[in-house]
Amino acid sequence: MMGRTSVVLDEADRWLFRVILVVSLFVLFKGHNAPGGGFAGGLIAGGAFVLRYLAGGALRLRRTLVFPPLAGIGVGLFVAGATAMVPTLLGDPALTSSITTLDVPVIGTIKVVSSSLFDIGVYLLVVGVVIQILLSLGSDPLEERR
Amino acid sequence: MTLLLALHALVATLMLSALRRRPRLGASLGVAVLAITAVYSALAGTSGSPRGESWEWVPALGWGVHLRLDGFAVMMVLIVSVLGALVLAYAMSYFDLDRRFVRFAGIFVLFAGAMNGLVMSADLFTMFVFWEVTSVTSFLLIGLNDESPVARLAALRALLVTGAGGLCLLAGLSLFQISAGTTSFVALAANTPTGALIDAALVLVLIGAFTKSAQFPFHFWLPGAMAAPTPVSAYLHSATMVKAGIVLIARMAPIFGDREVWQWLIVGAGVITMMIGGTRALGQTDAKLLLAHSTVSQLGMLTILFGIGVPIATYAGVAHLLAHAIFKAGLFLGVGMVDHSFGSRDISVLSAVGRRMRLAMVMGGLAAASMAGIIPLFGFATKEKSLAALLKTPEYVGVVGSIALIGVVVGSMLTVGYSIRLFVGMYGTKPNATATELHHRPTFGLFIPVYVISLASLVFGLWPSGVGRLLDAPAASLDAKAAGELVLWPGFNVAFVLSVVIVVVGVVIARIVPMRLIVSRIRVTGESIFGVLYDGLLEFSRVATSRIQTGSLVAYVGVTMLVIAAAALAGVITGFDSTLLGDIVLFDTPTQLVIVGAMSVLALVVVFIEQRFVAALVIGGVGLGCAALFALHGAPDLALTQVLVETMTIVVFLLVLRHLPERFEPAPGWTPRVLRVGISVAVGGLVALFAALVSGARSGPSSGIEFAARSLPEAGGRNIVNVILVDFRGFDTFGEITVLAVTALGVANLVKMARREKSVTGDRP
Repeated sequence: MMGRTSVVLDEADRWLFRVILVVSLFVLFKGHNAPGGGFAGGLIAGGAFVLRYLAGGALRLRRTLVFPPLAGIGVGLFVAGATAMVPTLLGDPALTSSITTLDVPVIGTIKVVSSSLFDIGVYLLVVGVVIQILLSLGSDPLEERR
Repeated sequence: MTLLLALHALVATLMLSALRRRPRLGASLGVAVLAITAVYSALAGTSGSPRGESWEWVPALGWGVHLRLDGFAVMMVLIVSVLGALVLAYAMSYFDLDRRFVRFAGIFVLFAGAMNGLVMSADLFTMFVFWEVTSVTSFLLIGLNDESPVARLAALRALLVTGAGGLCLLAGLSLFQISAGTTSFVALAANTPTGALIDAALVLVLIGAFTKSAQFPFHFWLPGAMAAPTPVSAYLHSATMVKAGIVLIARMAPIFGDREVWQWLIVGAGVITMMIGGTRALGQTDAKLLLAHSTVSQLGMLTILFGIGVPIATYAGVAHLLAHAIFKAGLFLGVGMVDHSFGSRDISVLSAVGRRMRLAMVMGGLAAASMAGIIPLFGFATKEKSLAALLKTPEYVGVVGSIALIGVVVGSMLTVGYSIRLFVGMYGTKPNATATELHHRPTFGLFIPVYVISLASLVFGLWPSGVGRLLDAPAASLDAKAAGELVLWPGFNVAFVLSVVIVVVGVVIARIVPMRLIVSRIRVTGESIFGVLYDGLLEFSRVATSRIQTGSLVAYVGVTMLVIAAAALAGVITGFDSTLLGDIVLFDTPTQLVIVGAMSVLALVVVFIEQRFVAALVIGGVGLGCAALFALHGAPDLALTQVLVETMTIVVFLLVLRHLPERFEPAPGWTPRVLRVGISVAVGGLVALFAALVSGARSGPSSGIEFAARSLPEAGGRNIVNVILVDFRGFDTFGEITVLAVTALGVANLVKMARREKSVTGDRP
C-alpha cells in the first residue's frame, strides 16, 4: 500500500512542509487570543511530518528530524511542568500567570504571558508524540533495508 | 541540620558522578562529611537545649520535615557518623578501588545521611520518609555484589520485609494523624491520646519497628543480608539500619509504654527473638553468620529495655545500645580483617590465627568479652545496669517484667556461649589441624579502625562513671525521669550474682554442650514462610492475569461497554426526572439536522462494511460531522481540534491496519451477534439519555461565566478555551499531556518488543 511514491504527494511535501510548520507556529502563538493553541498547533505540525512520511516513507522522515522525537516529548513535558512550578518558588500558587509587555523596536509592543511557555511545552510534546508514533508504527524493517 | 543532611546527599551524588574516577578522593570526602556531622552533633550536645528545624510542606495535614537534635539524637548521630567514618575508612583498604567501590561509597554516604535524618526526626512522618530512604539504600548496599544470585535474593527479601513494615508504619502514623491530630513525639507526649484506634496504630507502628529491627517473626532477613560485603554488614548491624526500629521504639515507649498491648508485644517479640538469635548463633560456623544471629539476639534485648517504658530500663537501654554498637562494629570489622588476610572466616576451619596476629587477637578478645559482658569491659557495665533495671521492672509492670527478666538472663547465657565459641574458633589453635595460611598481613587502613573501635570497649569500661554521666542527657531526652549511673564494680548484689551465674552457664554451654544439640531442628523457619507467601503471591498474580487478560479484543471491548452502560443505567435510574427532558430543543438550524442525518447514515453503514480500512474512513467521516456540529454551535477551537484529531486517527489507523487482515472476521454465529447488537444499542441509548438528563440538570451557575470574566484581566488571553487549558485548568492539561507522553513511550516499546520477539523466535508461540 505504501510502496509506491506519488508525484503529487512528493510535490505537496516539497512545497507545503515548511508552510505547514509556519502555520502551526502561528496557530500556537495566536492561540491565547484566537482559536488555536499548543495542542492544535502541535497537531498541525504533526500533520506536516505525516505528509513527509506519506511522501517519502520513514527514511525521509528520519532524515528530516533534527532531534529524536522522545527528546521533544521530554523537553515539552519539562517545559510545561517547569512553567507550572516556577510560581511556587515565588510563593504564588502553581500555574499563576504573569503578564509582561515588551517594547520591541520596529515590531511594536508585545504582550508576553507566561502561560504561553506552557503552551509551547504542550506543542513540543504533541509534535514529539505524533512523530514517535509515526516512526514506531510506520517504519517497516524490510522496507528500510531495501 | 537540614543543611548537613543535604550535604550528605550532595557529596554522595558527587561521588557517584563527577568523582567516579577518583574513588579515593570521593571516599575521603565522604569520611569528611561524616566527621563534620559528628563534630556538629557533639557541639550541639554540649550546648544544652535541643536544636530544632522545621520545613512545612502540607501544614494542614501535619506533613513537613521536622528535625530535633535532642540528647538521644545527638548520641545516635555520633554513633552513626563516627562508626560510619571509621567503616568507610576501613572499606578503602578492604575493597579494590573499582567501580563497585564507588557505588558502595556513594550509597553508603547517602545511607548514613538518611540514618542521621531518621534519628533526628521529631515526628513520625519525618521518620517515615527517612525510614524509606534507608530501606532503599540498604537494599542497594546488601545487593552490592549484583552478580551473585544469593546477594540479590537477600537484598530483595530485606527490601520486601522492611518495605512491608514501612507500609505498616505509614498506616500507623496515618491513624495517629487522624485520631490525635499530630504525629509529633513531643505533642503526643504532652497530650497522650487513648482508645482502640490508638492501640491499632501502636500495633502497626510496632510491626514497622519489628521488621526493621529484625524482631520475631521478621528476624530472618537480617542473617540473609550477610550476603553483603563485611563493611556493609558491620555498619548495618552495629550503628544503623537495625537500630532504626529501636529508635522508633525508644521514642514511642515513654509515651505509650504503659499500654498492655504494647508491653506484651514488646516483651513477647523481644524474648522470642533473643532465644532464636542466641541458639542459632551458637550453631553457626561462619563467623559473620554467627555475628548476624547474635545481632538478632541483642536487638531483642534492646527492644525489651527500650520498649518496656520503665525509666531505669530506658537508661540501661541507651547504655547498652552504645555498648552494642561499639563491640559489634569491632567484631564485624575484625572478622572482615581475618577474612581478608587468611581467606576464610569459618570458625571450624581457621586455626592458629591468634599466633600470627597477636594484637588482632587481643582486640577481638576485648570486643568479644564486651559482648559477653565480662568485667572490666563496657559491655559488663551496661549488662549489669540492664539486669539491675529489669530486677526492678516487675514493680512497675508486673508479670511482663518478670518474663522480660528471665528472657534477658537466658539470652545473656547464650550470648556468653557464642561469644566464647566465636573467639576460640576465630583465634584459637585447633588440636589436630594445620595452621591456616596467612595470605597477606592487614594494611594500616584495615587494622586502625578495628583497634580504635575495640579499644573503645575497654576505655569506656574502665571509665564507666564518666560515660554514664554523658548518657544522662540522651536518656532524659527520651524520658525525663530516666537517669542512672554506670559503675565498674557494682558490689555483691543480686544483679552481680546473676551476672556470675550467666557467665558460668555460658561457659558450660560453650565448652560442653555439643554442637548438634544446639542446631535447631525446627523446620518451619521465617525464610520458608516468606518463601511460601512470596511464591504464592506470584502464582496468584499469574493465574489472575491469565484469567482476566485473555487477549480477546472483543471481550475487552464488550466488558468496557457493559460497564459504561451499567454506569449510565445507574445514573438514569437514580436521577430520572421527566421534567429535565421538557425543554429540549431538537435542532437550532436545519443544517444541523442535515449533518446529523449524514452522520447517522455513515454510522449505520459502518456496521455493514467488511473491509477494515473503509470502516476506519467512514468512522472518520462521522467524526468530521461532529466537528461541523461544534463549528455550527460556536466552538471553533473544539472544531479545529476535532478535525486535526480525526486526521491523525485515520493516519494511525492506516499504519496499524497494514498489519491486519483486510476484512473483518465474520461473527461466529447468531448468539454472539445478538449479544453484540444488544450491548451496542444499550450503550448508545443509555448514554444518549444520560447526556440529555445531565444537560438539563444544571443547578448552579455555569463556571464559564466566571472564566469569561477573569480570562483577560488575570490570564491575559481573549480565547477562553485556551486560557482554561493553559491556566485555569492547567493541571488537568498537564495530566493529559503526561498521559500522551506515556502512551507514546508505550507504543514505542510495544513495537520494539514485538520486533525483537519476531526476530528472536521467528514468530510468537
